[in-house]
Amino acid sequence: MISADLNIVLPELILAVYAMGALMFAVYTGKDATAPLILGSTAALMAALGVWIAISGSGAATAFGGAFIDDGFSRFAKVIILLSAAAILLMSQSYMERIGILKFEYPILIALATVGMMMMVSAGDLMALYMGLELQSLSLYVIAALHRDDQRSTEAGLKYFVLGALSSGLLLYGASLTYGYAGTTLFSGILETISDGKMPIGLLLGLVFLFAGLAFKVSAAPFHMWTPDVYEGSPTPVTAFFATAPKVAAMALFARVAHDAFGTVTADWTQIIALLSVVSMFLGAIAAIGQRDIKRLMAYSSIAHMGFALMGLAAGTMFGIQAMLIYLAIYVVMNIGTFAFILSMERDGQPVTDIDGLHQYSKAEPLKALALLVLMFSLAGVPPMVGFFGKFYVLQAAVDADLAWLAVAGVIASVIGAFYYLRIVYFMYFGEERDAIQTPMNAYNWAALVGAAVIMVAGVVNLFGVEALAAAAAETLVN
Amino acid sequence: MTLAVFTFYVFSTIVILAGLLTVLSRNPVHSVLWLILAFFTSAGLFVLLGAEFVAMLLVIVYVGAVAVLFLFVVMMLDVDFAELKAEMARFMPVAMLIGVVLLMELGLVFGVWNFADQAGDLRQAVTPSLSEAHNTQALGEIVYTQYIYLFQAAGLILLVAMIGAIVLTLRHRPNIKRQNIVAQINRDPAQAMELKNVKPGQGL
Repeated sequence: MISADLNIVLPELILAVYAMGALMFAVYTGKDATAPLILGSTAALMAALGVWIAISGSGAATAFGGAFIDDGFSRFAKVIILLSAAAILLMSQSYMERIGILKFEYPILIALATVGMMMMVSAGDLMALYMGLELQSLSLYVIAALHRDDQRSTEAGLKYFVLGALSSGLLLYGASLTYGYAGTTLFSGILETISDGKMPIGLLLGLVFLFAGLAFKVSAAPFHMWTPDVYEGSPTPVTAFFATAPKVAAMALFARVAHDAFGTVTADWTQIIALLSVVSMFLGAIAAIGQRDIKRLMAYSSIAHMGFALMGLAAGTMFGIQAMLIYLAIYVVMNIGTFAFILSMERDGQPVTDIDGLHQYSKAEPLKALALLVLMFSLAGVPPMVGFFGKFYVLQAAVDADLAWLAVAGVIASVIGAFYYLRIVYFMYFGEERDAIQTPMNAYNWAALVGAAVIMVAGVVNLFGVEALAAAAAETLVN
Repeated sequence: MTLAVFTFYVFSTIVILAGLLTVLSRNPVHSVLWLILAFFTSAGLFVLLGAEFVAMLLVIVYVGAVAVLFLFVVMMLDVDFAELKAEMARFMPVAMLIGVVLLMELGLVFGVWNFADQAGDLRQAVTPSLSEAHNTQALGEIVYTQYIYLFQAAGLILLVAMIGAIVLTLRHRPNIKRQNIVAQINRDPAQAMELKNVKPGQGL
């Protein structure tokens, strides 16, 4: 029995064992001198696992008495998580070396965080959910403070830790109320205790607290307060990581809890998600207008994007989940490209994050400016780019689920939000002469930036088949 | 009144009294001693419940390790508890208010709370029947067999905590003399001593 279970969790097991082995290897050999090697091998292993999960079998299986679920939905999320984490690792090497914090623990912590995320998206039990979430969060708190000689990085780590602990408390309170009512922590068991589509008061209280904790992890307003400060203070590669894989994992977990544990009472939770969604979209769009720091700007941008992804979940339908998965896949690619550019921004050899440096950037680097223009248009959701299709799917899902007001609010928020994306484009092409920045890039970052931009344009043909894959993944979750 | 019931009331009274005295006694060392009494007596209550493993854990872990650690900390740190208590008094009204509100909320929830019909059976389903396994074995089966996945995940979380503590605080300071045992063992008189042939009347 145990060997069959271990077979199902094999990808997680390999990554966890690798992380421990790499830790021992580095500690007993060259310590930080081995960091580039470990970083490369971690990225290679994560990419290989991602490809393996993508091509390996279909069908669903559960392990450890239902605590771990391996189905199409979790595999879809895992592939995005693993590939984006690998991409961010490769992109971060030169930046971490430049500011002198390329420690061997960095790739190992990222690998352990990724194990946590894979556990999250496969969780079939409230305890497994919490274990995965804490494994991921704890690793993220540490890497946020990795630049320990920098006051703002330390502050970011501490702030993230304290507020993260608060959100874990909310989540645990919700989990304990849910267990108190249902008498089981298994999602399938919780679902069985809900009879004739009526939500009992005990589960309702548990659900609200669970969702508050999860909303914190996806940085949905009004639980977003930590996001701008943590994004700004953390080292930029860490910010890039925060903006991609953990968001996908937390959103997937959100969908998993909503549908697996409370799938028969969608009406009770879609209203909560719809509120989170509309507040996030507007807050992300309006609060970013005053920001001059591109990392803070991306923080608000991620809040707004999470609002859109939540709109797919708010629909409460299979098509809604499909739209959410497509949106997340597109969002991750856009963020990888944009952060590849942000990582290379520097003035006189010092990293900068001020958008004023982008004035007249197109004169100096026409190709990179064009790539960034495509990405900004895509983030804003301007029609010919792939980003528009992501928004289109979630809006359609909302309209189909009789949430037309939410869709209208989404369109208004996206028009407001377009302002700050387009301002960056304006600065690059029509800005005044200012103290310009340089953007020296290595091959990885260049490939990530240009590759992401090409995907944003070329993907309009058929979204590279993501649509069908997401539909198949959504089908395994909602039935 | 059977002996078990009588013992229960005696132990319960002692736990409550010891708890009160832990909070109220002026001398922090006395507080810790009262706390130890409370731990011991609750261990007795666990034995009455038939949970002897938890009772032993309480004695070994809480009395043996935690309370002794408290005692050390209290005796070694020079904390002015009177001042701390004065500080507490300032926030007392707000704390009381919040406490009362929480209590009322809990009462409200308690009033409308009901369990799922299947909750009792579902709760029982994961625990081995106590007629077949004694409680130490039952606990072991749950933690190390049934929830092995969660147990290992908890281990990974602790590993991350350890890595985090090291990566965020360890500094390698140069110019610190460290003990090198191999070098010490390999020293012999030929290396350790140098013989100088001092000529009479000249000095070194």
